Amino acid sequence: MKYIDEYRSEQDAQRLLTRIEDVVTQPWTLMEICGGQTHTLMRSGIDRMLPEPITLVHGPGCPVCVTPVSLIDHAIEIARRPETILASFGDMLRVPGSDCDLLSAKSGGADVRMMYSPLDAVALAQRNPDRSVVFFAVGFETTAPANAMAVRRARDLGLTNFFLLSSHVLVPPAMEAILSDEGNLVQGFLAAGHVCTVMGYEEYEPLAERFRIPITVTGFEPLDLLHGIYLTVKALEEGRFGVENQYKRVVQREGNRPARALLDEVFTVCDRAWRGFGVIPASGFGLAPDFKAFDAAIRFPLAGEPAPECAECIAGEVLRGRQKPHECPAFGTRCTPEKPLGAPMVSSEGACAAYYAYARHEL
Amino acid sequence: MTQMLLDKVFRPAFRNDLLEAQHDGARIGDLAFSTDSFVVHPLFFPGGNIGSLAVHGTLNDLAMCGAKPLALSAGFILEEGFSMESLWKIVCSMRDAVGDIPIATGDTKVVDRGKGDGVYINTSGIGVVPHGVVIDPSSAEPGDVVLVSGEIATHGIAILSVREGLEFETVLETDSAWLGPLVDAVLQTSHVRVLRDPTRGGLASTLHEIAVSSQVGIRLEEAAIPVRADVRGACEILGLDPLYVANEGKCLAIVPPEDAEHALAAMRSQPLGRDAARIGEVVADHAGSVRLKSRIGGERIVDLMSGEQLPRIC
Repeated sequence: MKYIDEYRSEQDAQRLLTRIEDVVTQPWTLMEICGGQTHTLMRSGIDRMLPEPITLVHGPGCPVCVTPVSLIDHAIEIARRPETILASFGDMLRVPGSDCDLLSAKSGGADVRMMYSPLDAVALAQRNPDRSVVFFAVGFETTAPANAMAVRRARDLGLTNFFLLSSHVLVPPAMEAILSDEGNLVQGFLAAGHVCTVMGYEEYEPLAERFRIPITVTGFEPLDLLHGIYLTVKALEEGRFGVENQYKRVVQREGNRPARALLDEVFTVCDRAWRGFGVIPASGFGLAPDFKAFDAAIRFPLAGEPAPECAECIAGEVLRGRQKPHECPAFGTRCTPEKPLGAPMVSSEGACAAYYAYARHEL
Repeated sequence: MTQMLLDKVFRPAFRNDLLEAQHDGARIGDLAFSTDSFVVHPLFFPGGNIGSLAVHGTLNDLAMCGAKPLALSAGFILEEGFSMESLWKIVCSMRDAVGDIPIATGDTKVVDRGKGDGVYINTSGIGVVPHGVVIDPSSAEPGDVVLVSGEIATHGIAILSVREGLEFETVLETDSAWLGPLVDAVLQTSHVRVLRDPTRGGLASTLHEIAVSSQVGIRLEEAAIPVRADVRGACEILGLDPLYVANEGKCLAIVPPEDAEHALAAMRSQPLGRDAARIGEVVADHAGSVRLKSRIGGERIVDLMSGEQLPRIC
């Protein structure tokens, strides 16, 4: 299949592996930012094909994983109100809140709908003028333009029953938090190609400069990842830092200008709580003042105190790259996809889910 | 969930030797007996509807026992107010799907409006297993070859695209069909140890069940598994793994190595088996689990999926 098979060729993969083996002389720890990349690595077995000195740790780029329990509780609380319909991407439905997930709330009678596009949630609001439709907007910069578009569409249609529960988060502040951490192990990043498709990579240049590390904008196919690893290791071996773009077929330095303009119009940068990280300043998108009327957090505020994170789940350590999923004592025993302690075990981009599904026989 | 109910509720409660065989149908002497209920939504989809699906489903369960069908039963649970026109369409497609196999007995119940989803259908069937044919899901042996009768995941994606209103450039039709003639052709040329139709849970779940009940390992070659380009494309977009997407009208056969070429040729000689392929082998290692060699040469587990696959965010 075009644009897929070219990036999954066994011969080319072997060639790239040989190049990586030829260039590496010492141990390096790289972090792939995005959970989609983690899953490609595990699914295609790349993590187990790489030469010994290279360690991959898995980054915070799984939007479901970094959404704090309190926000999931908030979504469940909204879903349980008789006058609301809670719309969400499928990924969110099995993520545990403090006492249940959205799917079990649904089987208990809450009106929860799975959506493929936020614009479908706007259409749902049009069809249900006597109900309030709340879209649970989770995601990094990648999904933000579509959610911004939904809010603008709702405004243009004059809808007063469409709301966004925003949980949008931004990649660069999380990278900065990881790099500033005393126990940081990460020496080079594979930046998330799809985030950079929207945002470009100008904003990574000061980070690479300040922390003197290589950052390689990397795609999602097996060969993209092998190529990204090669470029990053080569830069490390040569003592270079800076931003390189492996995903040139999609990403431009300035990103997607119309999408960025839309984000500037609808959202404003705000502080955001991350699971496992706590509050990171200026690390999320909230609705801009002109769009506050669509803010579900204002229209349906959380009753009571936000619940704490599950004490046993080490999601924070995993998402910062300080521990690997299988190093968690609960991995595969008290925490499984059937009975997860934390989001990384159920999300389709979660690192724990990837280890459990694809590699637990070797752990 | 279904597996949990089977293990924790139904099997312990109903325990008997016939049920323990854990096949698509029960084998009682020379007879095969099977039942299946259909709650598919939407009721009508490209290439079929709940009626044709209900007939093919049970006929295929019989075929997976190596049986030739004698008769079917059909039970309907109708929601009050369900349109007669739709019911007629469904019934006509059942009539067309059974051909000359009689629907010999049936039942109809009507439930209050709001307590059903239009119509639910249960079908059961009995068939005769020809002398000498023993298909047993626990009989796979190391060295055996795994064959699939055609491109996988088509049915699940066809249903999903209608149910969720996804628009692709091509209309995907279900591959729902009766596999009887294809199975007959294979049984005439080769010894077959295991036959299964990988419906819900897809190829991965069915192979996993075979690996567990035969206490063997199964190794798949990702590049050898046939998937239509448009179905692959849809799976890529939605973040679904075609190995876990439902099939109708496809079967898996596990055959001894010396029979593999004959069995494959027999499948390919049938209209439903044109794209049949050899996708893997049974091994003595990692008993009870399925492994896959990825396209780029890596290896991974193909695990049982917990719950349904949910499309990803980005």
